[in-house]
Amino acid sequence: MRFQIYRFNPDQDSAPHMQEYDIALEPTDRMLLDALMRIKTVDDTFSFRRSCREGVCGSDAMNINGKNGLACITPLADVQEPVVIRPLPGMPVIRDLIVDMSQFFKQYHSVTPYVINDTPRPDGERLQSPEDREELNGLYECILCACCSTACPSFWWNPDKFVGPAGLLQAYRFIADTRDHATNDRLDNLEDPYRLFRCHSIMNCVDVCPKNLNPTKAIGKIKGLMLKRVL
Amino acid sequence: MVNREVVGAHYGLRDWLLQRITAVIMVFYTLILLSALYAMPTFDYMNWKALWQSSVMRYSSFLFVLALAFHAWIGVRNIFMDYIKVASLRLVLYVVVILALCSYFAWAVQILWGR
Repeated sequence: MRFQIYRFNPDQDSAPHMQEYDIALEPTDRMLLDALMRIKTVDDTFSFRRSCREGVCGSDAMNINGKNGLACITPLADVQEPVVIRPLPGMPVIRDLIVDMSQFFKQYHSVTPYVINDTPRPDGERLQSPEDREELNGLYECILCACCSTACPSFWWNPDKFVGPAGLLQAYRFIADTRDHATNDRLDNLEDPYRLFRCHSIMNCVDVCPKNLNPTKAIGKIKGLMLKRVL
Repeated sequence: MVNREVVGAHYGLRDWLLQRITAVIMVFYTLILLSALYAMPTFDYMNWKALWQSSVMRYSSFLFVLALAFHAWIGVRNIFMDYIKVASLRLVLYVVVILALCSYFAWAVQILWGR
């Protein structure tokens, strides 16, 4: 199978280049990650992140034939040859497919991604009704792979100011949580032309999410709550 | 002044809402204009002149131009926010756009109510 892979080693290369590989796969190689591991056996200078190899950790997010996705859950049967693989767009490249995720996580941390509740702690857990818990479906499943944020033009232009779809999905995950008591502070934190309103509903995030989540819908709900607050 | 990344202007909702409301106004105006043109008995100068002398057409066009100016301001400012990274240049461009939109608005009023 033929591959064109983005290669860049800042210690040796002055500029990135695309390297071609023609690799004989084994019958057990079913996913793109298997093929990348196969390439690694013939060229051990090739670097990429991977961990759980089953779409849960979000480590092996990359740009596959122009679309962001997780290598471990992308079947080789579904990709067109030559498979063009690049690092996540718009992120500083550390080496080959490994990108610096600092900015992405900085935005994630900026939405205080944890339940804030100052009421006395109950003996057991803080409980929710099944209906309230239902609202968290489609939000809590995010694995923070950064496929969505790095597919978003608004995040490309303003990664330092725009929270990005992943961060905003998480922001709504805690706004939607009935155990959280900081909704107003959270809305105040996001009411900003850059932090939230750079989202123009392009929906690239929805298109690429490997977990089939819908950040645009969550962002719409945040805007809806802000509107409800002023009306 | 320290070179620090600052966010938290605490506006955005009003503009986001205004852009949607102005868009709806423009859609309604387009329908009004198309219906008026369709209802014209013959498409000649006399009918055209009569159309623009009616108060309905004048005030609805006034509202349309006002909506267009706000819609354009928010849209163009969004583009500048994305692509113009130097704050001072962005400010200059904002002023230029505001002045241009104000002139267009005044010009439209002059056309609608002028002799």
